[in-house]
Amino acid sequence: MTSTELNTSSESVVFSVADKGEMPGNYAARKRKNQIMEGILFLAILMALIPLALILFEVIRRGASAMNFEFLTSVQNISLIREGGGYLNGLFGTLYMVGIASLIAVPLGVATATYVVEYSNSKLVPFIQFFTDVMTGVPSIFVGLFVYTILVQGDSIFGGFSTLAGGLGLSLIMIPIIARASEEVIRLVPDDLRNAAYGLGARRWQVVMQIVLPTAASGLITASMLAVARAAGETAVLLLTALGAFKIVPELLGSPQAALPLIIFNEARGPFEPAHARAWAGALELMLLVLLLTLIARYIGRKTQV
Amino acid sequence: MTINHNGSAAGLAVEAKNMNVYYGSFRAVKDISLKIERNSITALIGPSGCGKSTVLRSFNRMNDLVPSARVEGEILFQGNNIYAENVDPVEVRRRIGMVFQKPNPFPKSIYENVAWGARINGFKGNMDELVEQSLHHAALWDEVKDKLDQSGLSLSGGQQQRLCIARTIAVKPEIILMDEPASALDPIATLRIEDLIRELKKEYTILIVTHNMQQAARASDYTAFFNMDSDRAGYLVEFSETDEIFTNPKHELTEQYITGRFG
Repeated sequence: MTSTELNTSSESVVFSVADKGEMPGNYAARKRKNQIMEGILFLAILMALIPLALILFEVIRRGASAMNFEFLTSVQNISLIREGGGYLNGLFGTLYMVGIASLIAVPLGVATATYVVEYSNSKLVPFIQFFTDVMTGVPSIFVGLFVYTILVQGDSIFGGFSTLAGGLGLSLIMIPIIARASEEVIRLVPDDLRNAAYGLGARRWQVVMQIVLPTAASGLITASMLAVARAAGETAVLLLTALGAFKIVPELLGSPQAALPLIIFNEARGPFEPAHARAWAGALELMLLVLLLTLIARYIGRKTQV
Repeated sequence: MTINHNGSAAGLAVEAKNMNVYYGSFRAVKDISLKIERNSITALIGPSGCGKSTVLRSFNRMNDLVPSARVEGEILFQGNNIYAENVDPVEVRRRIGMVFQKPNPFPKSIYENVAWGARINGFKGNMDELVEQSLHHAALWDEVKDKLDQSGLSLSGGQQQRLCIARTIAVKPEIILMDEPASALDPIATLRIEDLIRELKKEYTILIVTHNMQQAARASDYTAFFNMDSDRAGYLVEFSETDEIFTNPKHELTEQYITGRFG
């Protein structure tokens, strides 16, 4: 109950006489309705949070029991039946490919969003918005197939499953997410700041690069992290581009690459208990990785603000 | 191209000639002709929606940023029409600066707020000196000299507005346009801004839009009174010395407005 509410019981004590006129107020009834609605909203939140909490709880419970120093520091056990080994090759591959994907997707996504907002009178903008929307909705297996067809199947030096193919596939997932989220962030930069900059005799690119983007920096980092989290957990794309590997693969080209979600997928779908335990630990590792990256990004984001 | 310093009418800072401003097909202001003297303060007054801000923004081509806006007629700055085809609006805005209604410092340090405009305009001199000098001129130096690296947003509203004035001065404009610069400030901060404006006129020509009659009467040398006609287009009713407008207005509308009977 907020302090602005005068009516604390079902019948107003203070104003009971005045309220009986032609403006009865219906305070009690309205208050009841208000409380019911609040209750419904609360229930809805609860129901949305339950599966989330269960996932989290289960991943931590099962993952933590299988997580140990060996798991974090050794590469994959080739045998699904035997205990031991870890996902270090997958962690390495995931960081490697998400890194490449970010290098491609963050500049392109932010640039797209910048164009859409700052050059909004361009006739291209509705098309760009339409295609980024469509790209956001493209099933990731299609993206995998696309990269598979034009890159992996080819005879060029880019042919075959590789780190680069995986990174490119992930970047295609990330670009529309970053573009869409960044667009909202850049729109939030007040026009007052743009006007002030123009009023001082700034060119548009100076306004964009030195005022708009720095002002939006922390939001842009958050937008990028959204996409990084999505890419780090992406599996379908990598099945057709990176394939998977049992060792640490530093090569950019010519050799298949491992990834955490790929290993989790491979070990979880079989009937073998030691593999299942590792898959849970891998899921926990992936979750912690995204959490850590998000925290780092938040920290950097806060540092960029004056 | 560079706007040359020759050929300007003696004593005139800027002159609007038969200016019409349209937003799409809507004519926002019509047939404005206005001669602004150098080192004077001119107040633009009038009821809400009469186009005084539009007129003000036309003087440094800020209306170019509104996609549907179009200006007809001429604005002569040092003898050249700033709307001529070969004129770069960016140069116009550097030489005819603007202070906005709401204080809008950049989310940068106080120092950087002042230095930024000069830097992007290729300032080659001593930046520290320029920043100090600009803050002095804006009557803000003593309050911020020990915290130049703090965010401009950490200042109070009145200080922020003076920071915005310092920022404008730092790019060395010849004319400063002010769009209700004190309307978001408390009375004391408002008086400080007015004192500052009077101080600034020694070096700059100032045009100021205000809703505040007392402010116009207190702070300006000339006053232009605008009104809106039946098709909602703003027009200039009367332009004269401020004393004249407030003691002996020629038009009945002016008298009604300054005495508060409409608007």
